[in-house]
Amino acid sequence: MTDTVPDDLPDTVWVEKASWIDSMPRWLAMSILFIAVVALWDLVTRWGWVSPIILPSPVETLSDLIFVGRNLITGDYMLSALWTTTKTVFFGFLIATSIGFLLGILVGETKFGERAVMPYLVAIDTMPKVAFAPLFIAWLGFDIASKVALAAFIATFPIVVATAAGLYAATENERMLFKAMGASRMQTLLRLKLPTGLPYMFTGLKIAAVGVMAGAITGEFLGGGKGFGALIRQSASQMDTPRVFALILYLSLLGLLLYFTVVWAQRKFVFWNKDQRPGALG
Amino acid sequence: MTMAESQILADSAAIPRPVYEISRLSKTYARNRLVALADVNLTLREGEFVSVIGSSGCGKSTLLKIMSGLMPPTTGRVALEGKPVTGPRADIGMMFQQATLLPWKTTIENIVLPIEIRQGKAAARAARPRAQGLLDLVGLGDFANVYPGELSGGMAQRASICRMLITQPAVLLLDEPFSALDELTRDFMNMELQRICHETRATAFLVTHSLAEAVILSDRILVMKPRPGRIVEEVVIPLPRPRTLDMINTPEFGRIVAHIRDLLGKEAAQ
Repeated sequence: MTDTVPDDLPDTVWVEKASWIDSMPRWLAMSILFIAVVALWDLVTRWGWVSPIILPSPVETLSDLIFVGRNLITGDYMLSALWTTTKTVFFGFLIATSIGFLLGILVGETKFGERAVMPYLVAIDTMPKVAFAPLFIAWLGFDIASKVALAAFIATFPIVVATAAGLYAATENERMLFKAMGASRMQTLLRLKLPTGLPYMFTGLKIAAVGVMAGAITGEFLGGGKGFGALIRQSASQMDTPRVFALILYLSLLGLLLYFTVVWAQRKFVFWNKDQRPGALG
Repeated sequence: MTMAESQILADSAAIPRPVYEISRLSKTYARNRLVALADVNLTLREGEFVSVIGSSGCGKSTLLKIMSGLMPPTTGRVALEGKPVTGPRADIGMMFQQATLLPWKTTIENIVLPIEIRQGKAAARAARPRAQGLLDLVGLGDFANVYPGELSGGMAQRASICRMLITQPAVLLLDEPFSALDELTRDFMNMELQRICHETRATAFLVTHSLAEAVILSDRILVMKPRPGRIVEEVVIPLPRPRTLDMINTPEFGRIVAHIRDLLGKEAAQ
């Protein structure tokens, strides 16, 4: 026989090496990157490569962070501004979710919605929605209502599209099963299509959570008022760049809070969806 | 009437009573005037296992959809237990290629779903002991409160057998139920199906692509041909029951398979 293996041939041993970045815990990887970026930032400002008005030094930014943080904790004017923005974001998200969900069901469940309503929604969705801000201010005034409207307006569309897509997600077999069980249209919607579509809807809510923040701050930039956006604009107009940096950082906490609330709700309500592996942050 | 008397009566009747009767059935799709089925006649008798086999496009899926009440026929008489089938009915059990268990319900909740849809939550709760009994029957007794995501393909199909049986249907309509499973699991499931049908004395109608599967399970096989979809021959399978997988290697089994393949082959050559 020619295909026998000689006895003296050593066994092959393959050792798979994991890449060093894979074997590192995430917090460490994130910390290293953070330190590197801050160090570079510090060098750039320390050696005067850019003017401090354009880019303040890390130390300046940190001292402003502490100042703003103290102001927030003591319940000073910044806290009330943050509270105003939080209310705007909350109500904007609530309105967007309700309207988006109902329109999504109309579009996804009825032929009328799909054929007559959807084209208009697509048409409006392609418009730059921020351009509607002056209209909302004209209609609703400079108070919180116009900002809520803009935030809701921006956040509604992803929810409509995601809800409608979710309602289409049930397979042909599942629909046939419900038909064979004699399920009514309402039963099929509530027991099959909506639960099947939940993962899609949460994806829409995550996109909306980002959009509602953008809408609220844009509204406050353009329409004044008492929110965090107005605070940022004031600081920016005074060339107080460290303050702008600090305010944006605190503002992003509000966005993260909203986003992770949605992620948490998704984990809770879509417990069965194993293949939906959340990436780094959900 | 005592048990003995009814047994004598049943014996003297010799042929079991018809459960599902179809006569002069035809189906023409209005959209493209395609004649999907032409003059189909068939009778399923109590406790019988009948398969239909044919190339794709021969109308067997259409036939199954009409039999399950999911689609109306163009002409003809379709009657289950003497009553015309005009829509989905509780006494029709269906099983699909995919198990289609709802992932957010536990196995037992999935099984009582047909009851829940038709009769509400209270009736579904009341049916739970019966569902547990069915789970025991198919060997899934310990998996009642597990979510379908944790079941293997074969286990999921067994659960869908339970869901089909929970309404105590008069007829089981099986649409290639195991074709998505691997071959070893499939053989095993076929033997399980035979056992379950025997124990529940079910009347079953199977649509399949697999010749071996049809022969090993059926009392009769209907061979269908397309353009227009029709039954061209009825092959009675004389193999004794219970059937075993070993029978696949017997000359008689081979002869039956060859005969049917010949029938289908002639069609394919046309």
